[in-house]
Parts: sequence; C-alpha cells; structure tokens
Amino acid sequence: MNSSTLVAERDDTTPAIATGKSRDREPMSLVFLGALWFSLFFGVVVLIVLILDTAVSGAGRFDSDLITRYDSTLFPERTGFRAGILGTVWLMVTTALLAVPLGIAAALYLEEFADKTKWYNRFIEVNLQNLAAVPSVVYGLLAVAVLALIGFQRTGIVLGGAIALSLLILPVIIITTREAVRAVPNEIRFGSLALGATMWQTTWKQTLPSAIPGIATGTILGLSRAIGEAAPLLLLGIAGAVRFDPDGVTSPVTALPIQIYSLTSQSQEAYQQAASAAIIVLLVMVLALNALAIFIRNKFQRRW
Amino acid sequence: MNTQSTTRAGSPNPAGLPGAGIDLRAKVRPTEMVIKAGLAGSALLSVAITIGIVIALVEPVISFFGQVEFGEFFATTGDFAVIPLVSATLMVTVIALLVAVPLGLGAAMYLSEYASARTRRALKPTVELLAGVPSVVYGFFALAFVTPTLLQDILSIGVGFTNALAAGLVLGVMIVPTVASLSEDALSAVPQAMRDGSLAMGANRMQTTLRVVLPAAISGVAAAVVLGMSRAIGETMIVALAAGAQKNLSLDPREGMQTMTGFIAQTAAGENPVGSVSYNMLFAVGLLLFLITFVINLISISIVRRYRQAY
Repeated sequence: MNSSTLVAERDDTTPAIATGKSRDREPMSLVFLGALWFSLFFGVVVLIVLILDTAVSGAGRFDSDLITRYDSTLFPERTGFRAGILGTVWLMVTTALLAVPLGIAAALYLEEFADKTKWYNRFIEVNLQNLAAVPSVVYGLLAVAVLALIGFQRTGIVLGGAIALSLLILPVIIITTREAVRAVPNEIRFGSLALGATMWQTTWKQTLPSAIPGIATGTILGLSRAIGEAAPLLLLGIAGAVRFDPDGVTSPVTALPIQIYSLTSQSQEAYQQAASAAIIVLLVMVLALNALAIFIRNKFQRRW
Repeated sequence: MNTQSTTRAGSPNPAGLPGAGIDLRAKVRPTEMVIKAGLAGSALLSVAITIGIVIALVEPVISFFGQVEFGEFFATTGDFAVIPLVSATLMVTVIALLVAVPLGLGAAMYLSEYASARTRRALKPTVELLAGVPSVVYGFFALAFVTPTLLQDILSIGVGFTNALAAGLVLGVMIVPTVASLSEDALSAVPQAMRDGSLAMGANRMQTTLRVVLPAAISGVAAAVVLGMSRAIGETMIVALAAGAQKNLSLDPREGMQTMTGFIAQTAAGENPVGSVSYNMLFAVGLLLFLITFVINLISISIVRRYRQAY
C-alpha cells in the first residue's frame, strides 16, 4: 500500500522533470525497452502455451467420468479423479482449520504485543523469514516425525497431509497477516485505548476486524499454494491409488497433484491424456482461489 | 509501530499538576495475561517448528551414519554417494538462475521504472500468477512439452527423455516472480531524488535505470537472486519428473541427472521400512538440503537488512 502511494506521487512529478524524455527514443533505449517488455511477457506466453498444450492433449477426457469415477487400472480411458478431488478438498479444509487460527494468533502477538527491541522477538522474526523459504520436502520429513510422535503408524491419512501442509503455509499466513495488521492506522488503536478498552479488547474488536480483508487474501493465497503441493504428501506415503472417499481426519487419502504425479510415470497414452485433463481441473481450482483472493482484495480492502 | 508505550498508563506524572495523586498504573488483568501468553505461545511455535525440523532430521541421520561410513556418503560413486546429487542440484539451479535473473530483473525494472501506477496494478498479479501454478504441473509441462517439442523438435538439441536442461528452464520460469517481486521492491525503494538528479543531468530513462537506480538497489536485487536460488534448490516436483532418476556426475545438461530433492521424492515414493538404510538416507539428504537452504536464506535476510538501513 505504501509503495502504490509512492508511485502515484512519482507519476505526478514525472512530466515536469522528464528532461531526458526526447532521448528515450534512441535506438539503444528502444532495444532496452523491448527487452524489458520481453521479460515481462515471456512468463505470460509460457503460461498460455502450458495451458493450451495441456488442454489440447487432455481434450478427449473432459467428461463426467473425470470427476465422478475413481482411478481405474482396468479401463485407463475411463479413469477418474473423484478420490483426488475430494481428498484435496478434505486436506484443504483440515489445513485451514489447523493453520489459520495459529497463524493469526502468532501474527497478532508479533505485531501488537511483542516488544521488538527484545532479542527473542527479533529471533522469532528471522526464524519466520527463514521458515518461509524452507523447501517443502523438508516439511514432509517433519510431518512424518510429528505423526510418529503422536502415535500414528499409517501416515498417508488426512491428518498427516494436513499437518505437513499447515506447517508449510503457516509462515505465509503469519507474514501476510502481519502486513494486514500493520496497515491498520494507529489512530484506531489509540482511539479505542483512550476510551478505556484494554489491549486485548482493542486488538479483538478494532484492529482485527479492520484487518480481515488483508488476512483473508493472504490465507487464500497460502491455501492456493498448498493445494498444488505434492512433494510433502509424497513423503507421507500418500499414494495415487485410493479408491474410496475420505470420511474423517484419520481416513487414508489421496490428492489431485499426487494422482497427476503417479499417472505421469505410466506410459499408456490414455493415462497421459487423463493426467492432462486432471491438470486442467487442478489449474481451475488454483486459479479460482487466486481470483477469489484478488476479488476480496479489490472489493473489501480499505485504504487509509 | 510500538503500541507498548500506550499501554503503560503509569508514566511518571509531574508532581503538582492536577491528578498527581491518582495511581495511573494499568490494572493487572489476568484474562489479558492468559490471552497474551496464548498468542506468544503461537508465535513460539515457529521456533518449535525449526527445532522440530532439526530433531526430526538429526535422529535418523545419526543412525544412518551408524550404518554407513561418512566417506561413503560424501563420495562421488556408490549407493550412498551424495556428491552426484549435489552437482545435479547445482547444474539445475544454475540453468534456472540464467533464465530467472534476466527475466525477473527485466520485469522488475519495467514495473518499477517505466510502468504507470495503473499498468503496474494490472501487470503485477499477472507475473505473480506464474508462481501460483503447481510445481507438478510445471514438471508435467517440462516432460510433455519442453523436452519433446521445444528442445528435440524445434531446437533439435539431442536431449534425453529426462534432462537437466528442460527441468532447469522450466524451474527458471517458476522462480521469475520471486526474483521480480523482491527486485521491484528494492528498485522502488530508491529515492525519487536520485532519479530526478540523473534526469536533470540529461540522462535518459535507460541510463537512469541502469546506472543510477540499479546500482543503488543492488543489495536488494542480490537478496532477491539469493532467495530465488534457495527456491530453485528446494523445488521438488519439477526435477523429480523432468530431471531424471539416475545419479549422474556429468556436467552435460542434456543428460538426465537426479538432484537432491529428486532423490528424496523418488525414494519416498518407493517402499522404505522405517529404520532401513534407504529410509535413513532420505533424512541425511534432507538434512543436507535444509542446511544448504538455511545458510542461503540467512545470507538473503542479512542482505535485505543491510539495504533497508541504507535509505
């Protein structure tokens, strides 16, 4: 938010000071600008090629079997992703229930209560920044150990996957929630405190509600990252071939990205086609979450 | 933002003023203390996670080095050799950075120096969308399109079915948003007065961008590149699918080679009874991976800190 206002100011002053503007049309400058355009749109072109190529090779499989049937070894051309789609939904809901309250609580402590001059609070901050960049496979290894600790022998269950994914997105949620809380102007806190509210009442009834749109955006973006993760689930022994719907947090489960991964190792053409179609389903889920996050940001975000 | 000072209502009140006799110290509120402790506990959980990672990894690693000699692990050949995995990881990471650094920096320079506020608002989410695509999708793309169609047919490079080149190229595209987003923050943080000065001297925008803004933001850009590198080293599914499943010490990017993360994913997908050597080796490679990314992340964080103090 700060940076956008900075840019707005800069734009106002630019016409008056752009004395070098006529020299922007030198050949070298134009080549440079062309290179910048290229780097900006290269990624977009890759994305379009990716979606088109996958959609074309999966085109034959956009039928109801794709989402209503289980994985099938007898009829590769009718294999479906019902278990994966339902499993992914179960994993996402459980992950959100685990990670969101913890993440918000940690962010509130660090933003509103912690004394930033103390070494241990600075240590927590550096630690968080580091955790945000820890490879996802490592979280998979950690989740294996956590499950062993709380006494689950079978690890390929909803709870195991959800623990791994919530460990993975917890730093993301904490960091984005802190940004949202930080953007709430101090006047709101001071006003509340001046009226006699305690610190916690101020946080719970004033600061937190004002920060909800930012928190929701960050949480959804975190979940959209978790939905496509396969690596930590792979370590937990979550396999592609599950042929029933999950019915609880201790039920064995599979996930859409895992099914895609296991299908790519099959050489049959029908499985490759099914994998392409499943990728489109996964992309639709991810893009829908991203669109929802952008919608919330544009619709509800308040600018102070 | 330090709201702490406002909570301590008992700040010294100059004697003689009205109200000097009233005790202004904040009341002790047990519920508030409990809530604060709960929140602090959640924050401490992040430290517990780090400690947990270390413990979870170190325990099997100790038993691994009880079963396998230290020299056998840090060897170039053999069943337990880790050096070929590290060299393959480096190879893929270097290719990825060759793609991601120019593209990410170019996108960042455009967004920060050329785009209007409106264009920026529209383009930034588009670039960031690239980071939202699941990595297993990128892996499939590398395997099903980049290798057969782009590299073999269009560019007629003699690459294998799995190869470091395709994996590195696609991985590079995936980390473009990481490099672009952080570099853009660094470039935007350069004070406007520096640009104004350069433009007033008659430099054009390209000269201003390359010779004034970029050098001023170089430490932030460096931090972005380092973080992108850490992402590339830790990324799993692209290399598990497209880089190969055989240890290979070769420096030829056209060959297939197994990286550290690729090894972890492919070994984990098989049957490894708890406590077996291959199970423990998973954790040994995982610990090495964690330590490498940990050091790189700390370097990135400390660079960012230093540059934040500059302006």
